Amino acid sequence: MGRPIVQATALTKQVSTGEDQLIILQDINLVVNAGEAVAVVGASGSGKSTLLGLLAGLDTPSSGKVHLDGEDIFTLDEDGRAALRGRLLGFVFQSFQLLPALTALENVMLPLELAGVNNARTPALELLERVGLGLRLKHYPKQLSGGEQQRVAIARAFVTHPQLLLADEPTGNLDSATGAQIIELMFELNHERGTTLILVTHDEAISSRCARRVRLAGGRVV
Amino acid sequence: MNLLKLSFRMLRRDWRAGELRVLVFALVVAVGGMTTVGFFADRVQMALSRQGNQLLGADLIIVSDRPLLPHYVDEAKRLGLAISSALKFPSMAAKGEASLLTEIKAVTAGYPLRGELRISDDVGGTAPIPAERIANAIPPPGSVWVDEKLITRLDLKRGDLIEVGVAQLRVDARITQEPDHSIGFINLGPRVLINAADLPATGLVQQGSRIAYRLLVAGDAAVVEEFRDWAQARLTLGERIEGIRDARPEIKAALERAEKFLSLAALASVVLAAAAIALAVRRFSQRHLDGCAVMRCLGASQAGILRLYLYHFIMLGAIASTAGCLLGLVAQEALVYWLSALVEAELPWPSLLPAAHGLLTGMVLLLGFALPPLLNLRRVPALRVLRRDIGMPTTYSLTGYALGLAALSGLFLWKAGDARLGISVMGGFVAAIAIFGLLGFLLVKAMSGVRGQTGGAWRYGLASIQRRATASVVQAVALGLGLMALLALTLIRDDLMQNWRTSLPPDAPNRFLVNIQEDQLQPLEEFFSQHDIVHPPVFPMVRGRLTAINDKMIAADSYADTRAKRLVEREFNLSWASEMSSDNQIVKGQWWESGDTGKAVLSMEEGIAKTVGIRVGDTLTYDVAGSPFSATVTSLRKVDWDTFRVNFFVVTPPGVLEKYPASYITSFYLPPQQVEVMNQLIRAFPNFLVIDVAAIINQVQKVMEQVSKAIEFVFLFTLLAGFAVLYAAIASTQDERIHEAAIFRTLGAKRRQLVRAWAAEFAIIGGLAGTFAAAGASALGYVIGEYALNLSYTFNPWIWLTGLLTGVLGVTIAGLMGTRSVLSKPPLTILRKIA
Repeated sequence: MGRPIVQATALTKQVSTGEDQLIILQDINLVVNAGEAVAVVGASGSGKSTLLGLLAGLDTPSSGKVHLDGEDIFTLDEDGRAALRGRLLGFVFQSFQLLPALTALENVMLPLELAGVNNARTPALELLERVGLGLRLKHYPKQLSGGEQQRVAIARAFVTHPQLLLADEPTGNLDSATGAQIIELMFELNHERGTTLILVTHDEAISSRCARRVRLAGGRVV
Repeated sequence: MNLLKLSFRMLRRDWRAGELRVLVFALVVAVGGMTTVGFFADRVQMALSRQGNQLLGADLIIVSDRPLLPHYVDEAKRLGLAISSALKFPSMAAKGEASLLTEIKAVTAGYPLRGELRISDDVGGTAPIPAERIANAIPPPGSVWVDEKLITRLDLKRGDLIEVGVAQLRVDARITQEPDHSIGFINLGPRVLINAADLPATGLVQQGSRIAYRLLVAGDAAVVEEFRDWAQARLTLGERIEGIRDARPEIKAALERAEKFLSLAALASVVLAAAAIALAVRRFSQRHLDGCAVMRCLGASQAGILRLYLYHFIMLGAIASTAGCLLGLVAQEALVYWLSALVEAELPWPSLLPAAHGLLTGMVLLLGFALPPLLNLRRVPALRVLRRDIGMPTTYSLTGYALGLAALSGLFLWKAGDARLGISVMGGFVAAIAIFGLLGFLLVKAMSGVRGQTGGAWRYGLASIQRRATASVVQAVALGLGLMALLALTLIRDDLMQNWRTSLPPDAPNRFLVNIQEDQLQPLEEFFSQHDIVHPPVFPMVRGRLTAINDKMIAADSYADTRAKRLVEREFNLSWASEMSSDNQIVKGQWWESGDTGKAVLSMEEGIAKTVGIRVGDTLTYDVAGSPFSATVTSLRKVDWDTFRVNFFVVTPPGVLEKYPASYITSFYLPPQQVEVMNQLIRAFPNFLVIDVAAIINQVQKVMEQVSKAIEFVFLFTLLAGFAVLYAAIASTQDERIHEAAIFRTLGAKRRQLVRAWAAEFAIIGGLAGTFAAAGASALGYVIGEYALNLSYTFNPWIWLTGLLTGVLGVTIAGLMGTRSVLSKPPLTILRKIA
């Protein structure tokens, strides 16, 4: 068992809808150790994506704490959390989130460039080769199929050697065959690089590939 | 440094991906249009001032009542300027028994340096259309060229000998056009042009002779300015510089008005550019929201993102503005090529200043309008990567453009070069934005009421407008502003031209009669009646020199300003009247009433009052025919010199100046076919000095025609900037429209149905913009005409029809052309693209 890399304590998120308070997440306690693969499952509206957003520090909780690699992320300001994300995290999204003006290669180079890495091209090239897109380097997102776009997104997520990969419904926009290939690729890379994985999905088959499952219902872990 | 590199890379990537096309197009057109206007205006203004210089016969003249020190000639030669000199003095010319006081001008080779001296060999002939030609030289030694007045009075024929001083000179040609008419109406006797080489033989240049020594200088504008500065510092008492700035007040008024109008045209392009840039930046920031959220996710700080895009925009601004300047340089050259067939004068090469202005304007405009959306981009929450519905910044709210509007205001004031004009134009635009915005929202809201009652295409059109209410209003306001500038420009231009035409009607006075004696008033009236000429008003004139203000003696040395020195040195023409002339306007104080007859008060022309430093309430003392005359200033008047009617700098009520020796002056229109009447008049009243202003009027009209042509060209570029707004406005909703088209077509909508729905939407936006434009242009025309240019504004109903039609047709056609490509794509491609 590795050291804990994610630690959520009494995490609660509620939003006000006029006069009412809508509870999205309530009193979530979660520890994910380094090297683990955890699936967060649940029906639509159960709070999966909100939890992922909180764990990545993309959103702030109503109460509770999140420690990433030992650091209490909500004591940091937004820029501090951004810096932490750049250092620790990789993301894969349902809607890919590639920058439309950038080629496949440039999209993968971007996180390294933002971190001020001098030669961003070489690692980006290697990863694109690894995900099977060595011949698609100069293509724009709109010239790639959905599966190819998600491969670019995976390459972008791994190029910074993140300790933790957060994936939000990575196959949600793909057909099942392509989805299966993407999951395969993600788990391979995860294994090769010893990355910790937190995967949000409503697909039982995908979640079964993770060693541990956290099920959410009505904003609580059940 | 890394961030700078990354910025440049992002800029290249955005450019390559076509993300910046609309923005760059808007900026290049804006800066291009502005620098075209700038370069062109620069050249036209230089040409105009040269045209004006033709009235001087040079770019600059140094005038002195003593022989000029040689250092002026030496310096002009050293600077490579063309020089020529002329001596002017009054003297008698005689033929046999008859003699006449004339204005002799002795010139050296090269005269005139600017403008044309035209002569005819037909002296005293009866040919109806005597052949005239440009004199390419000066009169050969021993010969003399004379004007029509002298020929008539002395009954001269070609080859006749006339006496000038003690010399006998042969009449060789008749002067038909002479560029450097004397400034001021006095001393304009018959003209005699001789070669300076003959001057010693005349024996006229002696101690005490009233001679004006004139050094004519011409050349490159910058060098002439350098010479002017150099000479200015060395002028001694009795020496002065005359340039176009110091020339005739009516020419000066025409030039100043032209300059104002060109600035106004340039301002219209600036506003259009701002609207286009605002729309383009808005689109840019919307398309980069996701990218920023992703970068935030990938670890970029807020400040990092801001810097990234700030560098991005600074580089973009510099590159696009430079491209715009180059476009401007090419466009103005093409323009000048086209213009060269219409304009006689050769336009000088422009200075580089408009390019610097263009660069600065481009940067200020871009950053002014890009900064608020960029600041918003920085704040895009990273959570947007998970939830696309959040983090939509409200960059298009009009308050978000406060910085841009402030930048624009600065540009307005700078470009107008005149606070009053700048503020009135800017005030008009700001008011229009506020009112249009408010009206737009109210109208869009009101339209929801009619939506249910309309059919098919109109209902979808209205629905789209309401769904994109803010964007629709922004588009209508931006287009309305562009159209408003165009309409205001045509409106004001027409009014201006109308004003010029009415101020110089075909029967504008073309002759001045000076030196009329009191006992000649009655015979003159009878003479006019006999020859069916409407008897013009006759004005009394008393000569006086200003000696003291509020009992404090003044002298030329009391003033630093050359014009003030000159005004104090020379004699004023004082006149009296009970009623104020219709072309005068009181700007301060009050005109007298009938009971004020005999009161020692006076009204002064505001320009001269400002130059000499005289205010309402001051007591002025004049030396009139050796005795002092004091009066208090009770009003300042603005005088419209363009009318060519008799006007005076100083006027008193009746009963004040009558005791001093007075002569009378009048001006009237003499039809060309009645020229013979003039000869009879001269014979009947040999002491009259007749000034023929027809030639001067012709020159002024020529200047005005060129100005109006220049305005037409400038207007074309404003129109081009208007298209940039339209392009940007359509592009700004393109993404949404693509999405919409895909959904409509997936649901089975026919191409035709979509086209109709969009046409309806564009027509409504165009209609709103057109209505805004017409209302705004009418108001702006009124404000500028009435308060800034002193033109009486007449309401123009055609503006409404033109505005509405231009808005509806322009926006609909351009909108449909802009969205055509969307329709030709299969819906699946589009849906996949959106995903």
